Amino acid sequence: MSHSHSHSVEHDASHGTVKSYLVGFLLSVILTAIPFYLVMEGDFSKVTTLWSIVTLAIVQIWVHLKYFLHLSFTTEEGRASTFSFLFSALIIVMVVGLSVWIIYESNAMMMY
Amino acid sequence: MSFLGKLTLDAIPFHEPIIMVTMAVIAVVGLIIAGLITKYKKWGVLWRDWITSVDHKRLGVMYILLALIMLFRGFSDAIMMRAQLALATSGAPGYLPPEHYDQIFTAHGVIMIIFMAMPFMIGLMNIVLPLQIGARDVAFPFLNNLSFWFTASGAILINLSLIFGEFAKTGWVAYPPLSELTFSPGVGVDYYIWALQISGLGTLLTAVNFLVTVFKMRAPGMTLMKMPIFTWTCTWANILIAASFPILTAVLAMLTLDRYLDFHFFTNEAGGNAMMYINLFWAWGHPEVYILVLPAFGIFSEIISTFAGKRLFGYKSMVYASGAISILGFIVWLHHFFTMGSSANVNAFFGVMTMVIAVPTGVKLFNWLFTIYRGRLRIGVPVLWTLGFMVTFTVGGMTGVLLAIPGADYVLHNSLFLIAHFHNTIIGGAVFGYLAGFVFWFPKAMGFKLNERWGKASFWCWIVGFFVAFMPLYVLGFLGMTRRLNHTNNPDWNIWLYIAAGGAVIIMFGIISQAIQLYVSFRDREALDDTTGDPWNGHTLEWATSSPPQVYNFATIPHVDDIDTWTDMKEKGQAYQDKASYSPIHMPKNTASGVLIAASLTAFCFAMIWHIWWLAGLGLVGAIALFIQRCYTNDVDYYIQPDEIADTENAYNSNGKKELSA
Amino acid sequence: MSTVSAHLDSISGDGHEHHHDTSGDTIFGFWLYLMTDCLLFASFFATYAVLYMNTAGGVSGKDIFELDFVAVETAALLISSITFGFAMIAAHGQKKALTLTWLFVTFCLGTVFIGMEIYEFHHLIVHGNGPQQSAFLTSFFSLVGLHGLHVTAGLIWMTIMMIEVAKRGLGKSTVTRLSCLSLFWHFLDIVWICVFTVVYLMGAM
Repeated sequence: MSHSHSHSVEHDASHGTVKSYLVGFLLSVILTAIPFYLVMEGDFSKVTTLWSIVTLAIVQIWVHLKYFLHLSFTTEEGRASTFSFLFSALIIVMVVGLSVWIIYESNAMMMY
Repeated sequence: MSFLGKLTLDAIPFHEPIIMVTMAVIAVVGLIIAGLITKYKKWGVLWRDWITSVDHKRLGVMYILLALIMLFRGFSDAIMMRAQLALATSGAPGYLPPEHYDQIFTAHGVIMIIFMAMPFMIGLMNIVLPLQIGARDVAFPFLNNLSFWFTASGAILINLSLIFGEFAKTGWVAYPPLSELTFSPGVGVDYYIWALQISGLGTLLTAVNFLVTVFKMRAPGMTLMKMPIFTWTCTWANILIAASFPILTAVLAMLTLDRYLDFHFFTNEAGGNAMMYINLFWAWGHPEVYILVLPAFGIFSEIISTFAGKRLFGYKSMVYASGAISILGFIVWLHHFFTMGSSANVNAFFGVMTMVIAVPTGVKLFNWLFTIYRGRLRIGVPVLWTLGFMVTFTVGGMTGVLLAIPGADYVLHNSLFLIAHFHNTIIGGAVFGYLAGFVFWFPKAMGFKLNERWGKASFWCWIVGFFVAFMPLYVLGFLGMTRRLNHTNNPDWNIWLYIAAGGAVIIMFGIISQAIQLYVSFRDREALDDTTGDPWNGHTLEWATSSPPQVYNFATIPHVDDIDTWTDMKEKGQAYQDKASYSPIHMPKNTASGVLIAASLTAFCFAMIWHIWWLAGLGLVGAIALFIQRCYTNDVDYYIQPDEIADTENAYNSNGKKELSA
Repeated sequence: MSTVSAHLDSISGDGHEHHHDTSGDTIFGFWLYLMTDCLLFASFFATYAVLYMNTAGGVSGKDIFELDFVAVETAALLISSITFGFAMIAAHGQKKALTLTWLFVTFCLGTVFIGMEIYEFHHLIVHGNGPQQSAFLTSFFSLVGLHGLHVTAGLIWMTIMMIEVAKRGLGKSTVTRLSCLSLFWHFLDIVWICVFTVVYLMGAM
C-alpha cells in the first residue's frame, strides 16, 4: 500500500488522462476534417492537395501514436515499443516504396 | 457439391508405382513404430511429456526431430531428381514423367526451406536461447507449443499430398500466372498455399515469443551487449521473421483469393499483375535466407570461440554486422528477378545493394579467423563443420557477388549456375551450421555426447559429396543448362550430370553416417554420458546447468557480469556452488490445447484444399473455440518445492566439482 | 492472441526472487504482433498502389467513392477511439459499470462502421462492381475488407471482454487484456487514416 501513490502516477503517464484523450481527439478531428475539405471543396492544384493530405495523414498518425497509443521515449517500456514501431515504419517505407518503384519502372519499360 | 467436396477415390494415385511403394513403406514403418510404442507402453509418456509439453527444451527436440524427418523426405526428392537427370540424357525419357518430376522439385524446395531448415533453426533456438539468457522458459510457453504444432501441421499437409491428390508443379516459388486456377486447376497449389500459410503463422508466433523473451527475460546484469552471440543472431533472425513473414501471409492470401473467389491480383485478365506476386514473394524470400543463415553464423561463432579457448574476436562488430545484414537484407530482393525487366536504375540499385551486403558478411569471416589466430583450436566434429563452412560459404558468397551484377545475371538467370550458388550458401552456410550446432548442443539436450568417429565420417561424406554434386552444376550453368529440366539431349552435359549424381550418393552416405552415429551414441550413452553439463568447457550460461537441464533450467537465476558468463563464473569459483536454501519455482503446466487447436486448423486447411466446406467451417470455428476456451482456463501452473530442487541440484553440483578438481 | 498471452502472464517462470512485470511482457508481445500486422497491411497497400489504375475498362475510384459517406464512417471510428480511451481510464480506476458503458458505446460505434462498410460493399456488388470485375476493384475490396475483418474481430473480442468484465470484474489479467484490445482498436484507427487518405481521398481527387 505504501507505494500506491507512485503507482497511480505511473498509470496516468502510461494510460493517458481524460484531458490527453480529449486533446488527441480534437487534433484528430481537425486533421481529418482538413484533408476531406481539401479534396471535396478545395480549389488547389492536384499536387498541392496530394502533398497536403499525405502530410496531414502523417501528422495524424503521430497524434494517434502519442495520445491514444501512448508511445514515448521517456520510459523503458515506451522506448522498446517506440523503437519497434520505428523499425517497422522503416521496413514499411522500404518495402512499399521500393515495390512501387520497381513495378512503376517496369510498367514504364512496357510503355504501359 | 458432394459430401467430400472434390475428394474422391480417384485422388489416390494407384497408377503411380513409385508413390504406392513409398506409401506402403511409410505405412509399414509407421505400424512398426506404433507397435513398439504400444509394446513398451509409451503412449502415455509420449502424450504427457512430449506432445503436450510447454517446455522449450522438449519442443526444441521435437522441432529437430521434425527437421530430420523432413530432411529424409527432402533428400529422397533430391536423389530422385539427380537420378532422373543422370538417366534422362541424350534424349532418353528417364524414369520420372514430367508431371511427377515437377511435383518433386517443387516439394524438394518447399520442404528443405520451410520444413527442414526452419524447424532445425527454430529447434536449436528453442533449446539454447532461454538457457543462454538465464531464463526459466520463454515468455509465452503455451504459444511456443502452439507454434510447434502449426509447423508440424504444415509438414503433415505437405505429406498428405503424396497420397491424396498431387503437389504443386510450379516450382517452390509458385509464380502466377502458372499457379493461377487457369493453368493449375488441381489441388497441388492449394496444398502449397495452406501448408505454407499454417506453418508461417507458427513461425511468426515463435518470433514474437522469442523477441519478448529476449527483451524482457534476461538474467539480471545481462545488458543487450552482454548477450551471447548466438542469442544476438537469433534475435536478428526473429526481427526479420516478424518483419517479413506477414508479407508472405499477404501474398499467399492474395493468391488464395485469386484461386478461390476469382479475384484478379495476378491473373492475365482484368488488369492483374503477376509481377507483383514475384515482387512480394521475394520481399519475404530474401530476408528468409538471412533468417536461415544468421543463426548459423551465431552457432559458428559460439563453436569457434569455445574450441579455440578464446573470447570471440570482435563481439561488437559481430552484433553490428548482423544488424547491417538484417536491414540490408530487406533492400536487395529484386536481384531474384533482374530479368523481369525493370529499368536500369532499379537493377543497378539492387545490384549495388547486393554487393554491399557482402561487406558485413566478410567482417564476420575475418572475425572467425582472428578468433582462431593464436588460439589452441581443438579439432572436434563441430569445428570440422565450422571450417568446412568457412571454405564452402566463401565460394558461395563469391558466386553470389558475381550473380549480383545485373548484366551477368541476364546470362545466368535460372541456369544451373544459380542452383549451384544457392545450394552453396544454404548447405554450406545454414545446413552445416545446424549440423554443427546439433553436435555441439546434443549433449546439452540429451545428456550424452555423440560418437566422434561417425561424426567425422559424416562430415567428410557431406563436404566431399557437396563439392562433387554442386561444382558440376556451375559448369552446367555456364554450358547453358537451365533449371527444372526433366530430360536433356546435349552430349556435352552428360558427364557433368553423372558426376553430380555421384555427389548426391556421397551425401547420402553422409546422412547414413549420421543415422549410424545417432544409433551408436545411443547404444554407448553410458560411456558418452555428460555428468557435468559442460562437456566442451563452454563459455555461456547454457553450460551452467545439468545436461539435460531440469525443467526449471536454473535453480537460482545467475547474475551476469560478462559476455562469457560461465567462463567468468568458473574463474571466480562461483560454479557448482550448493545453495543453503531454494525458493519454490513457479512453472507452467503442460496442455493439450496446442495440439488440439493445430489439429482443428489442419482439418480446416485440408477441407479448404478439397472444397469440403462443412469441414472447413467446423475446423475454423473449432480452432477459435478451443483457443478462447484455453484463454479462460485457470489451472495452468504449479510450484516446484525447495526440497525437491535441493536434491537434484546437490547431485549435479557434486559431479561438477569432481570434474573441476580432476 | 493477446488474450492467451494475458492469461499466461503468471507463468513466465520467473520465480519469486525478483518480481517480473509479466503483464508488461504480454502487452509488449501484443505490440510486436501489431507491428507484424502493420507489415500485412503494408503489403496490401503496396498491391493497391500498383493495381489501382488497372480498371480493365471498368469503374475507377473517382466513379464509385462517395466522400461524405466515408467521412461519416471515419467519424464513427474516430469517436470510438476516444470512447475506448474513456473505457480504459474507467478500467484503471476500477469502475466496472462505467467501463462496461464506455465499452458498449465503443461497440455500437464499431458496429455502425462495419454496417456502413457492408452497405458500401453490397451496393457496389449489386451494381456490377464486385471484386471480380477488375484488378482495381480486387485490390480495393481486399484492402478495405482486410481492415473490416480486423474491426469485426475486434468487435467479437470486445463482446468477450464485456462478458468477462461483467462476470469477473476488473482483475489484473482482465485489465491487461483490455489494454491489448485497446492497442488493437487504436491501431485499426491508424490503419484507417491510411485507408481514407490513400484509397478514398487520393482516389476521388
